[in-house]
Amino acid sequence: MIHTDLMHEPIDLAAFRTESRRRCYELRVRILEMSQKVSALHVGGAFSCLEMLDAIYFGLMRKPGDKDSPDTFVLSKGHGSVALYVILERLGVLTRADLDMYCKPGGRLGTHPDYGIPGIEASTGSLGHGLPLALGMALADRVRRADRNVYVLMSDGELQEGSVWEALMLAPTLGLTRLVCTVDLNDFQSLGRTSETHPNFYPMLDKLRAFGWEATEVDGHDAAAIAEAVRARRGAKPFVVLCRTVKGKGVSYMENVPMWHYRSPNPAEYQQALRELDEQVR
Amino acid sequence: MRDTFAHTMYDVAKKVRDVYIVVADISPAASTAAFRNDFPEQFINVGVAEQSMISLCAGLALRGCRPFAYTIATFTIYRPFEQVRIDLCYQELPVTLVGVGAGLQYSTLGGTHHAQEDVALMSALPNMAVIAPCDPQETAAAVWACAERQGPTYLRLGKAGEPNLTSGAVDPFHFGKVRRLKEGRDVCILSYGPITRLAFSAAEQMEAVGAGQVGVVSVHTLKPLDKEGLAGLLARYQHVVVVEEHSVQGGLGAQVKQIAWESGATCRLSTFALQDAFIHQFGSPEDLWRAHGISVPAMVEAVTKARC
Repeated sequence: MIHTDLMHEPIDLAAFRTESRRRCYELRVRILEMSQKVSALHVGGAFSCLEMLDAIYFGLMRKPGDKDSPDTFVLSKGHGSVALYVILERLGVLTRADLDMYCKPGGRLGTHPDYGIPGIEASTGSLGHGLPLALGMALADRVRRADRNVYVLMSDGELQEGSVWEALMLAPTLGLTRLVCTVDLNDFQSLGRTSETHPNFYPMLDKLRAFGWEATEVDGHDAAAIAEAVRARRGAKPFVVLCRTVKGKGVSYMENVPMWHYRSPNPAEYQQALRELDEQVR
Repeated sequence: MRDTFAHTMYDVAKKVRDVYIVVADISPAASTAAFRNDFPEQFINVGVAEQSMISLCAGLALRGCRPFAYTIATFTIYRPFEQVRIDLCYQELPVTLVGVGAGLQYSTLGGTHHAQEDVALMSALPNMAVIAPCDPQETAAAVWACAERQGPTYLRLGKAGEPNLTSGAVDPFHFGKVRRLKEGRDVCILSYGPITRLAFSAAEQMEAVGAGQVGVVSVHTLKPLDKEGLAGLLARYQHVVVVEEHSVQGGLGAQVKQIAWESGATCRLSTFALQDAFIHQFGSPEDLWRAHGISVPAMVEAVTKARC
């Protein structure tokens, strides 16, 4: 049992790890099911950040999906929306019908999350907006002395946006110690590897620490490790956890293949993906 | 105007909960002292980081606060344009964007500091309202309107030392309504912002040369524009003159022409606006207006010629 004074409910990490593994399998299957109803979706980036979302919603947030949850989550990499939608469906915030109508006329869920839809705290899709938005939320909470945590999930390509570095500079200045940022380090952006696009961007951990953040790096496909890292933070500074992930995680032909950034599997590929995922949880 | 803004913000914060002033390294220093003193946690300087200024205000608004983002107009709206469009307009959040020194008020600082197409840009954004008061008194009323609105508002301000023009106004300030400042039967001058003082000078000169009685109207709310009120003025007067410190592209003049066409107006209509060109000259705002053809003699001539 780990329980810090940073307003997390206690959790049994070993049990959480087992549950999370099963849950993420089911969530991946659900995303693949959605993929068969549209010509394309952001499957690669959804699979890379799924355990991160699982850690936040099932291992960190209090009353997740509840209207009066004290905690807030902002999906700054809005193109990972299907990962969020399947979690919100599981929590009962969105319905099966909502997801069945994804990107269809008359539906309310699009490729990027829209503020106003249940469970969606901000309209994202353009990169570099979520973190500074979350700063405003955390600032309002701090001034009100409200017991609230704000969680953000960003992509590694997103860290190339200047607005992110403005916000990284600003958060410690404003003393936003209840702000937790997670970064999906899948090492891919539209035109190739992030580490090849900007080699000097790495190592990242030291840069974040130099900007005044408490920072750590974990295996981004181990939800329990992510939850544990956040729970174990000292809490005197805003916290960022870099999550090493694999784009398209869990399906061999998708892993680290740029084409699967935005694509739906054909029927044969779909069956293969289901078989592979199934083998992993046996 | 900036001092009136700061003093009014103090009054607003006394009455309205969770009002924030978020600045990006530019602030009416002396006049915000009272606000900073009584609401120290609600005055935030993000530094030279305008994108974060806007997104941070959106985050505050998502928590039910009422933030006012404040810096020089060009930096309030041009630098973080996408944050304005998505974070504020798309999400329809009650954030006020305060642009100080809009138009050519920073006349000697060059084109980097001129906001000469700001009304067109902000008006083009869905959900955005645009208010441009003509003097300090109208600024106070405008700040209150911003604080009460349920959506994003661009508050286009001058700088300092503007004369009060609205002490003898015929109408009170109402958001979204044209405001008669000076009565007149024959000619009507429509304006907004600090250049309205030019409208008053022109009205006086026109009357002096026998061009009839000249009214002056403050079109302080540029969006939503009072189309009905403007159509009424176009129907009532023989000659309507529009003068604005803004590009000819998408300003008030262009919109008044549209309303005139749609309402079947038969009056004469003269418009004075900045050209669709950057300005590489220096001097006072008046010098720069003149360089683009905006002056009292030019306005008087437009009216007297029409009467010949």
